[in-house]
Amino acid sequence: MRLSYWSYITRNFSPEVKMQTHNSRIGIVLFAVYLLLYGGFVFLNAFAADVMETTPIAGVNLAILYGFGLIIAALVLALIYGFFCKLTDDEIAARGDK
Amino acid sequence: MIYEASYVAVAIFFAFVAVTLGISFYLGGKAKSSQGYFAAHGQIPWFVNGIAFAGDYLSAASFLGICGMIAFYGYDGFLYSIGYLAGWIVALFVVAEPMKRLGKFTFADALDAKFNSPGIKLAAGISTLAVSVFYLIPQMVGAGVLVQPLLGFPHWVGVVIVGATVIVIVVTAGMVSTTWVQFIKGSLLVLFSGILTVMIWARGFETSEGGDDGHVFRTLSFDAEVPQDQWPLPTDLAGGSVRTLNGDATKRTFIAIGATMWSVEAVPGKMILHEAQTMQKRSDGTVLVNGEPKGVKKGEPELHPVGHISKLPDGQQKTGSLGPLSFFSTLQKSEVVLWGKDTVLGENGEAVTVYFQKPTPGSQVLRPGEHPSFKGIRSEKLLDKLNFLSLMLALFCGTASLPHILIRYYTVKDESSARKSTIVGIASIGFFYVLTLYMGLGAMTSGSMDVTDSNMAAPLLARSMNEWLFAAISAIAFTTVLGTVSGLILASAGAVTHDLMSSYLKIEMSDHEKVRIAKISSVVVGVIAVVLGIQFKNLNVSYLVGWAFSVAASANLPSLVMILFWKGVTRQGVISAVLVGMISSLGWILLSADTFTGVYGLSADQAIVPFSQPGIVTIPLGFLTLIVVSLMTRTK
Repeated sequence: MRLSYWSYITRNFSPEVKMQTHNSRIGIVLFAVYLLLYGGFVFLNAFAADVMETTPIAGVNLAILYGFGLIIAALVLALIYGFFCKLTDDEIAARGDK
Repeated sequence: MIYEASYVAVAIFFAFVAVTLGISFYLGGKAKSSQGYFAAHGQIPWFVNGIAFAGDYLSAASFLGICGMIAFYGYDGFLYSIGYLAGWIVALFVVAEPMKRLGKFTFADALDAKFNSPGIKLAAGISTLAVSVFYLIPQMVGAGVLVQPLLGFPHWVGVVIVGATVIVIVVTAGMVSTTWVQFIKGSLLVLFSGILTVMIWARGFETSEGGDDGHVFRTLSFDAEVPQDQWPLPTDLAGGSVRTLNGDATKRTFIAIGATMWSVEAVPGKMILHEAQTMQKRSDGTVLVNGEPKGVKKGEPELHPVGHISKLPDGQQKTGSLGPLSFFSTLQKSEVVLWGKDTVLGENGEAVTVYFQKPTPGSQVLRPGEHPSFKGIRSEKLLDKLNFLSLMLALFCGTASLPHILIRYYTVKDESSARKSTIVGIASIGFFYVLTLYMGLGAMTSGSMDVTDSNMAAPLLARSMNEWLFAAISAIAFTTVLGTVSGLILASAGAVTHDLMSSYLKIEMSDHEKVRIAKISSVVVGVIAVVLGIQFKNLNVSYLVGWAFSVAASANLPSLVMILFWKGVTRQGVISAVLVGMISSLGWILLSADTFTGVYGLSADQAIVPFSQPGIVTIPLGFLTLIVVSLMTRTK
């Protein structure tokens, strides 16, 4: 019998795993957000490189601002993910206490 | 350049290595079982593991390669920083927790969790070995680069020292000591890079006409109507024969006046000559530098250090200290002297390498598309753009497919720890990558670059600040190599022991025997890495790592992702995808223009594949193979 990963773990692991799949779905949404940001950067470079030379803020060009922005965005999304997953961790811990 | 050992630097360097080995021996006694050897008993605290991620991941490529590429070409090296970090998003959001949940020792465990197939173990084991060895090459090249200026040894000695040290670390202790070595190294690397960056801001920019050895690169100007043999030459050049030479690669015109070489700038009505530098390896084995036999100690003939600013905004001579943004805005309006490389035929018909000045506007330095690997960005041809897109895709997909990174998920106790340690890893790695742009540009304008070797940029930048910092940075960079190489060798040893011998060949082994086999494997892989590190010494280390990412992403990512999201995956589909992804990406690299020119010494025109980076073809090919084979082999 063929099982997807999600159905495999749901059938073979504890109920907490169902909540972990919820975390994973948050991860996929955040992944999609970052993919858009990263894709935008790569395609701008490839097909509109001149735009990267403009200096929109403080005399610093868009290539640098967007690059730094991507690094900061990675950290921000990671922290958001950590925050939502911590809620799940806490809920699992609370259920364990009961 | 001539590199002489500094006693201070050597003392600090060996102190670092001694401490690293001491930790290794001390912790080695605590890891006797295979669980301890390969996965540190799964008891590493998440914060330590997160910093160890940085220590594992921030390899020679990140520190030496990226800084070197930025120092020589500008912004383009930073594209690697962005791509390397973006890959961690895939690791955190898609791979981290399932890897921890499903595996035990190797990433093949996770791939095989649903199937229990020796074939998957075999394919994944081979892929782990291929990716790890590919990734090891640039680390070993970087090791040689570091030891050269620090200890004054030839490149190959550095490679051998790292190889031997790492083998000792891995053989004595395994994952416990490797983790702590990576933790210490990761912390120090980020800390000292931060210190170096603050010093770069504090130093600001200053115009000059040459590097930090005091040599002034001259510019001569003649009326274009005056014949060459009647040029009013300075007294030290007067009487020298004047010859016109054509560059082989750039088709530039060079003028040799006696033993000195000059690049020609065409200006209406004028003939402007910029002083160049030359190096010639003659058939009798001697090396000439700027026409004189190369010296062996300081003060004797050598190539001059390079990297200076020729113009600052508003005619300033010196800026004073700068801030994080004014650093860029000032450079944007300045002019930097970069250096190009070409080959001409000398008087005796032997090739002479010419290094020539390229005064470049700061706005051009800070834009993408100046490095030969990224020139596709500014090309009108779609194929050239595909090469760039392919590299950025491989960097994005590669991180979460690297075996030595994936095994680090087994060193923490649960999925929550795996997630938290990845977030810590992203924070520290991201911070470091921001600093690479400052360090690279700081090196570019430091007047201390070795024009022959971009990989030297970061250590030489530190040396331009002071000797102590140089020693510390070099020692940290050396432990950087140790940390990454240790992780790679451990991943390889795990693949041989668990995936190939235990799971595929079904060899019954006690716990003790598994550890022994892993140690023997470590020695073999270490020796292979040393040999390859010596062979590939001329390639930029970051570029080599780009290839390793392509192979990892093509071979491993399709299976890792599809097994999580598609119920139709079959055992045969996984095996096929891993093998097709690995073989196609390796084959593509071996048939590419970059390998033809950089490794085989052939013309780029003879390359078989249309562009050098394989990812955009071979990653989808891996997915397609998995889907097609799974559909063909599924049970009704």
